Amino acid sequence: MKASAFAYARATSVANALELLASHGERARVLSGGQSLIPAMNLRLVSPELIVDIGELKELRGIAVKGETLVIGALTRHADLLKSSDIVKCAPLLAAAVAHVAHPAIRNRGTIGGSLAQADPASELPACMLALGATIVVRGPGGERRIAAAEFFTGIYETKLAPQDLLVAVELPVARKGSAHFFQEFARRHGDYAIVGLAAQAVLQGDGFADLRLGYFAVGDRPVLAKAAGKLTGVAITPALLAEASAALSDELDPHEDQQATPAMRRHLAKVLLSRCVSTLLNRPDIHRGASA
Amino acid sequence: MSSIRVNPETLSVLDRPNSYIGKTVPRPNLERLLQGRATYVSDMELPRMAHVVFLRSPYAHAKILKIDATAAKQMPGVVAIVTGKELSAVITPWVGVLSHLKGLKSAPQSALAIDRVCWQGEAVAAIVATSRATAEDAAEHVAVEYEELEAVTDMRTALDPGTPVIHASLGDNLAFERIHDAGAVDKAFAEADAVVEADFIFGRHTGVTLEPRSVVADWNAAETRLTIYQGTQAPHMVQNIAALHLGLRESQVRVVCKDVGGSFGIKVHIYADEMATYALSKLLRRPVKFVADRVESFNTDIHARDHRCKGKIGVKRDGTITAFEIDDLTGIGPYSMYPRTSAIEANQVVNLVGGPYTSKNYRARARVVFQNKNVMCQYRAVGHPIACSVTEGLVDLAAMKIGMDPVEIRRRNLIKDDAYPCGSPSGLRFEQLSHHASLSKIVEMMDYQALRAEQVTLRKKGIHRGIGIASFIEVTNPSAAFYGVGGAKISSQDGVAVRLDAQGSVICQTSITEQGQGSESLTAQIVGSVLGVSMDRVRVVLGDTDMTPYGGGTWASRGAGIGGEAALQATKILRKNILDVAAVILQSTPADLDIANNAVVNVSDGAPRIELNELARIVYFRPDTLPPGTRPELMATKHFVPREYPFAFTNGVQAAWVEVDTDTGFVKLLKHWVVEDCGTIINPQLVDEQIRGGVVQGLGAALFEKCIYDERGQLTNANMADYLVPMSGEMPDIDVGHVVSPTRESELGAKGAGEAGTAGAAAAVSNAVNDALQPFGAIITEIPLTPQVILTALGRI
Repeated sequence: MKASAFAYARATSVANALELLASHGERARVLSGGQSLIPAMNLRLVSPELIVDIGELKELRGIAVKGETLVIGALTRHADLLKSSDIVKCAPLLAAAVAHVAHPAIRNRGTIGGSLAQADPASELPACMLALGATIVVRGPGGERRIAAAEFFTGIYETKLAPQDLLVAVELPVARKGSAHFFQEFARRHGDYAIVGLAAQAVLQGDGFADLRLGYFAVGDRPVLAKAAGKLTGVAITPALLAEASAALSDELDPHEDQQATPAMRRHLAKVLLSRCVSTLLNRPDIHRGASA
Repeated sequence: MSSIRVNPETLSVLDRPNSYIGKTVPRPNLERLLQGRATYVSDMELPRMAHVVFLRSPYAHAKILKIDATAAKQMPGVVAIVTGKELSAVITPWVGVLSHLKGLKSAPQSALAIDRVCWQGEAVAAIVATSRATAEDAAEHVAVEYEELEAVTDMRTALDPGTPVIHASLGDNLAFERIHDAGAVDKAFAEADAVVEADFIFGRHTGVTLEPRSVVADWNAAETRLTIYQGTQAPHMVQNIAALHLGLRESQVRVVCKDVGGSFGIKVHIYADEMATYALSKLLRRPVKFVADRVESFNTDIHARDHRCKGKIGVKRDGTITAFEIDDLTGIGPYSMYPRTSAIEANQVVNLVGGPYTSKNYRARARVVFQNKNVMCQYRAVGHPIACSVTEGLVDLAAMKIGMDPVEIRRRNLIKDDAYPCGSPSGLRFEQLSHHASLSKIVEMMDYQALRAEQVTLRKKGIHRGIGIASFIEVTNPSAAFYGVGGAKISSQDGVAVRLDAQGSVICQTSITEQGQGSESLTAQIVGSVLGVSMDRVRVVLGDTDMTPYGGGTWASRGAGIGGEAALQATKILRKNILDVAAVILQSTPADLDIANNAVVNVSDGAPRIELNELARIVYFRPDTLPPGTRPELMATKHFVPREYPFAFTNGVQAAWVEVDTDTGFVKLLKHWVVEDCGTIINPQLVDEQIRGGVVQGLGAALFEKCIYDERGQLTNANMADYLVPMSGEMPDIDVGHVVSPTRESELGAKGAGEAGTAGAAAAVSNAVNDALQPFGAIITEIPLTPQVILTALGRI
């Protein structure tokens, strides 16, 4: 299929982009990497009157470490995240996750801002933002707003972004000493959207966790920071405790049904991921075997 | 490579010096394809060409109450908006039946739906405009009023009295039924020590060609001639049918088939939207282009498989299989496809089940029912994956039941390699198969015993791996028995014309077609080898009903075996003609001369006598210098069709080594092996890649591919994100070995190799998964083997 006719404007600055968005409102769409928008337009699922191409706004591209904060410009491409030594050092979870984002051709075009603004509940990066405690930086007609990732995602393809807003950057706290991460997703094929995935960030202390943040994705209409993690922090981990956390996780998730999985299967896989995550981070294969038997 | 050769005492034309037969040589069309200089239909632009977009039904079954195109017709760039009634003035409907499939019935199908739509995606109006985008804009402004009717979607209830009959004139929803009973089945089951039954379920899937179906139809009113540019496997079939339904003589229709981006049987049928495009060109007196988009491809390219088959096997304690019995059910959509029909797949299932084995007791029933879903028809390895999965699944279940190794039970039951010629209980005739040689070879290739040991060791660590074996037979080189005897005007013979041109190069026109499998290459290899010229001197012309001999095309694994033999025989004549005139020129005798390295040479010492370009110069430009009465003929034509056997059966065996994650239900394909016997191998690389490509398509069926319909007949995954094709990341290494039993029906000895990979891959994987799951007591007889299916079978969810 072919997209219906649309007007096209290449924004010359963030201010210019915001002006264009302000004057066209919901009839305009922002084009960054185009990996979700263009297919949707070609399928005529969306027919914007105006495309605001922000691709040339160099100020929105790049990765910088500012003290204890890692700042990633919205136009930074997945391929750049994958190559960045700053990402590996300061947010290794993100580096692990990006390798699972689609395929190289898509990673070469797709951007972190585009992925977060699209807010597909089965995509990797929103869950990483939750696990990493990211702040989403947004500019709109009223100036700049800083939104915690936990507040940002509001539903399937829905965020706190208004039609006149532009997502300009994300800020992540630089990984603390003693921190560890776990990323795994179950997808039918490499590069597919996950059936269930987990992006986890932890701070290890002795034999257990001082902190554990479990960012689940593809388990509902938005990424979920699982509260069950609370049961596993600051205590010695036993198979019984893991089973208790697993049951709590199952209760707290409200997964959807689609062609890949029933809610029951999603709950089951989420529990498998929890068990694999804990046993991997603590290097305790005994825990996982106990949980899956 | 072990080989069973006919007449080994004589040197055949294939064993000549510098022969290309049996050698991996690059395809002549590689550069064209790799440099992006191929010509696909979508590349074509003709003066005054318009584009057609079809408005398609959103309902699986509905009455069309009203079509209002008033607003759309006023839009700029719109050429015409045509309904089914309007188009019926230039094209007649068709019925997809064949007389040899007794009782097969179907209803008349029109190029565009008239009054009623019978599946979601059926075209109800054609929007013709100056560009595809303009036509899509206009399509959004065509208002169609429908009255939704109850849709028949579940094949299991299609024949129930309470289910609506889709075509009232047919009386019921049963399109075709075949019952077969051979030997003494009840007695054989009674005498068995164990009888095992299982219900096998196969997902509906489709071919997903990289290039979608595409047509440019160009009616030239001045010549009263229609030229159809189309990516098709069978140009002469398209010519015949277009002419028949447009009220033209065949000579008024030319079909040109340039480069084609994959077919897999998808492009060997007559589709309503393609017929509509031909008719629109005639109606509007200008070229019209139709290129299906991906959503249309999923909704209208033929689907295949979608069988539910009950199977039963009897076995004695010593492993002897006493009988097979099946009851197969398949749903084919609302019409039997034209002209090859939608009963062939079920018919093949009945033909093929139990085919590799000696048991003579076999009972089968196959029922083919109508439903309100997209049409189903022949796709790569028609019926074979069903028959192979049922047969091999039952054999493994029988082995499990009596505690016998899967390889051993096959050794005890496969037809012996020295038992040929022989027949199957379904009436198939086998000329020469090599089941035991193939099985021995694969056991050796995979180091079966070592894998078994590894499996045991890993199981103790909670790693569950399985081995699956699947022997198979494959129908290739079909004679007229496939379609011709049933009244279809589909040629089973193919022709090749080969000529030496004035500079000693060779032009070869063949009626087989190329969609990526290497038809051009194998033809050039044969011509070059038999004639004695280098391949770079051979130019192969195909895919044009004006320019090539009349023939069937490339489908049913027939290109090499039938078209290749025609090339061989035509080239032999040309060679003889060249040597005759060379003998005159050289004052020698033909028997003392040969052709090698583009020159006529002495047989005795190989010394060059005259270059072919010099010979051609004399023949074409200075015939006055030849003795009186010498009339050289430097063009030769031959046709070939197998006459002795209706089909050249091939055989082979596949093995899969898989790991099942019993926590998640995910299957990892670790390794796959194939040993096949396609007779003479012309180009080992092409054969191996055909096998691998076929295996990958079979693995897609095993793990991924399924057209998912809801209960209202809506296809819910008609896109590349939701319909999962196999991708390289999930594919295992595929080792291919060969046993060679050439067919005696032809001098070439080649049988087909295009479908063997697809035939047995899913069966091998299913058996491997069940082998891996043995400790859990779970048996799965359903594909695709999704994580959901496996976790459910394991009781994890």
